[in-house]
Amino acid sequence: MLYLHNIGTYFLMIVEMFRKPTKWGVMKQLILKDIDDLIIGSLGIVAFISFFVGGVVAIQTALNISNPLIPKNLVGFATRQSIVLEFGPTFISIIMAGKVGSFITSSIGTMRVTEQIDALEVMGVNALNYLVFPKFISLLLYPFVISIAMFLGIVGGMIASVYGGFSTAEDYIAGIQLDFKPFHVTYAFIKTSVFAFILATIPSFHGFYMKGGALEVGKASTTSFVWTSVVIILLNYLLTQMLLS
Amino acid sequence: MIEVKDLHKSFDGVEVLKGISTTFEKGMTNLIIGQSGSGKTVFLKCLLGLFPYENGCISYDGKIFSELTEDQKRDLRGDIGMVFQGSALFDSLTIAQNVMFPLKMFTKQSKSEMEDRVDFVLKRVNLIDAHRKMPSEASGGMQKRVAIARAIVNNPKYLFCDEPNSGLDPKTAIIIDNLIKEITDEYDITTVINSHDMNSVMEIGEKIVFLKDGLKAWEGSKDTIFKTDNEVVTDFVYSSELMKKVRQMYIEEKQ
Repeated sequence: MLYLHNIGTYFLMIVEMFRKPTKWGVMKQLILKDIDDLIIGSLGIVAFISFFVGGVVAIQTALNISNPLIPKNLVGFATRQSIVLEFGPTFISIIMAGKVGSFITSSIGTMRVTEQIDALEVMGVNALNYLVFPKFISLLLYPFVISIAMFLGIVGGMIASVYGGFSTAEDYIAGIQLDFKPFHVTYAFIKTSVFAFILATIPSFHGFYMKGGALEVGKASTTSFVWTSVVIILLNYLLTQMLLS
Repeated sequence: MIEVKDLHKSFDGVEVLKGISTTFEKGMTNLIIGQSGSGKTVFLKCLLGLFPYENGCISYDGKIFSELTEDQKRDLRGDIGMVFQGSALFDSLTIAQNVMFPLKMFTKQSKSEMEDRVDFVLKRVNLIDAHRKMPSEASGGMQKRVAIARAIVNNPKYLFCDEPNSGLDPKTAIIIDNLIKEITDEYDITTVINSHDMNSVMEIGEKIVFLKDGLKAWEGSKDTIFKTDNEVVTDFVYSSELMKKVRQMYIEEKQ
């Protein structure tokens, strides 16, 4: 019953988030601040992970295709496919559930504990619109982060392949151009957009409706990470089934 | 004036408010006192509309809160100022931005008009040169003054304070109490203060509502609280050695 209650509350939260909008002058500043915190602030870690995981994917692919009959451009092809289809949208989203999700839950949860949300409500401010809506809007730029992740993952793969002696730059570039299907990129960005919505709303839900003190803020952050990851994995499966099969 | 009739509130089947009826007068500092767990904060949050209640009626100058539309409730909230127990200042905003917040959200004032108003109210609560400080850089007393400044910046008709001097030293607590009293008189507003501090009762308790186990156990003023024979009230009021001595002196004086 509690799960059903929470699911219902989550959807009501989403509806409430769009009601009684905050003044545009104030909202603009909140959106810019959230873009800085959630998007710009995540670029470093996303770039670092993407680059090195791209390299690892390329090396592992190369090591598993030692058969001389298999063309060398397969390293680039496999790296591109892994990164565009799965690593970029899903793996990075799980990382973002930890980084951005925990930040959202703990910041909103702390506001709940210190009665700042009560203060907003007493003033007649729609606290959900004030706190969650800017996060939702700023995460509309999340596909931009994933584009960078895809690009750096493929570049990382190329550098690892070429400098590791697994493939030549020409073979790798030929591989990433091989049998390119634009719909795969569309599929990746559809997933990314759905995950962006999840990343903005589930952690906000856990922060906004938490009860208790500082200890519960920590617990809410952990719970939020678990549920955001679970929902991302489930939706990843459903979207893949719907869009690719 | 705020009128409360037969207010009931429960949490998970446990009744916390068991039918409270009282009136908070305009231009007065109305105190809700009682022991921890007596239902003071729940009562205050029901008055503010933060907690829905099961039964009863709350009216603000004749407007019944539960009968108002969402827009009317929002308008009414524009007339309410609130000082929270922990001040509830927004961490990410400076002191000046915290005070300016209600003006930014609900008025069409120009930036210079808002800045003038912020300067005025910060001066009124004796905070000068604190505009750029962050709440975390301010002392407890300063944070309370900022919270009061934020609560009055929009000229409210009703001011609510939840334990405004908790965690403050006695001298600062009296300064905060007196500031609230001065503001109440100056702006002729209805002030409701939640407290368990007897010093506050003595300083500013023009009307006192005593709660015990979710019920109104007594009602009076700072002048009558020492004369009452109500055992529940005397137990609370004379719980400290100092207050026992005060009572002894009072009785001796009477004899």
